[in-house]
Amino acid sequence: MSELIAGVETGLDQPLVIAGKSFRSRLFVGTGKYRDNEQMAAALEASGAECVTVAVRRVELDRRKEASILHHLDPTKYFLLANTAGCYSAEEAIRFARLGREAGFNDFVKLEVIGDKETLLPDSEGLLLAASTLVKEGFTVLAYSNDDLITALRLEEAGCAAVMPLASPIGSGLGLLNPYSIRTIKRRLSVPVIVDAGVGTASDACLVMEQGVDGILMNTALAEAGEPVAMATAMRLATEAGRLAFLAGRMPKREVAAPSSPTTGMVS
Amino acid sequence: MKEFTVVLNGELHRLSGAPSLEDLLSQLELDPRAVVVELNRRIVRKQELAVTRLAEGDAIELVHFVGGG
Repeated sequence: MSELIAGVETGLDQPLVIAGKSFRSRLFVGTGKYRDNEQMAAALEASGAECVTVAVRRVELDRRKEASILHHLDPTKYFLLANTAGCYSAEEAIRFARLGREAGFNDFVKLEVIGDKETLLPDSEGLLLAASTLVKEGFTVLAYSNDDLITALRLEEAGCAAVMPLASPIGSGLGLLNPYSIRTIKRRLSVPVIVDAGVGTASDACLVMEQGVDGILMNTALAEAGEPVAMATAMRLATEAGRLAFLAGRMPKREVAAPSSPTTGMVS
Repeated sequence: MKEFTVVLNGELHRLSGAPSLEDLLSQLELDPRAVVVELNRRIVRKQELAVTRLAEGDAIELVHFVGGG
């Protein structure tokens, strides 16, 4: 597995840096919903990701002999990004962020404030409130947001280190629903833009990266694939391919054909 | 020994004597390095676990990292 992404190797790209921390891969992956920890660890390895997300939950007191997920995630190899998944208010998300910082190894938090149980779409008002508070407390906030430019701008103004607009709802696998919104957010923000949630397969990841965003985060697309390790490899390649295609600059689209072979010298 | 009740991860839990949070983790066979302790909504740092005594009605949350996206 290459240590650097293809774009860096070709000299076209620089490593992704968030709040001074450099990441060797632009693919971030979650650790939820795998069949078991062994499968999760193998998929993470195949993905080439350095940044992996984890959730904070109660210790199950009657099943405490089970190995903690930390036994399967070497903190010297992976950068653990605690999330506030499942939080429905700013207050709850702030509480979970503090617990995650205490449990973890860094000040980063993937901030989620969910507004609706069916779609799991972010509550922008609660998100902004929680982001402002956590930034003041010294957190490096990566905010999971709607694909809405104004919310993204407000999050940047609030001091978020990265904004993470969704491709489509969490766990939906619907792919990139609004490339225009994602491109607009990327164009207008100075902080890194990491598209989070909704990709289903490799072409989705490639398309996301072709929009020019700085990175992509996924979980269900790997965990619910028929073969998670193979899909993790596909996603690694797709993320690199999309990034490199963006950097290379695609040809213009035309409504008419342009021959690839010479039009002269034909045999008559 | 005096008995009292705390709320541990949302469930009523009987304790006796004057245990500290460190004692509680030990009773539960939990590694303090792998668990974060919140007492009455305030995070208790590792170095405070041994000196923080529990009392009737305390609400304790023991959390750790699990898989998530």
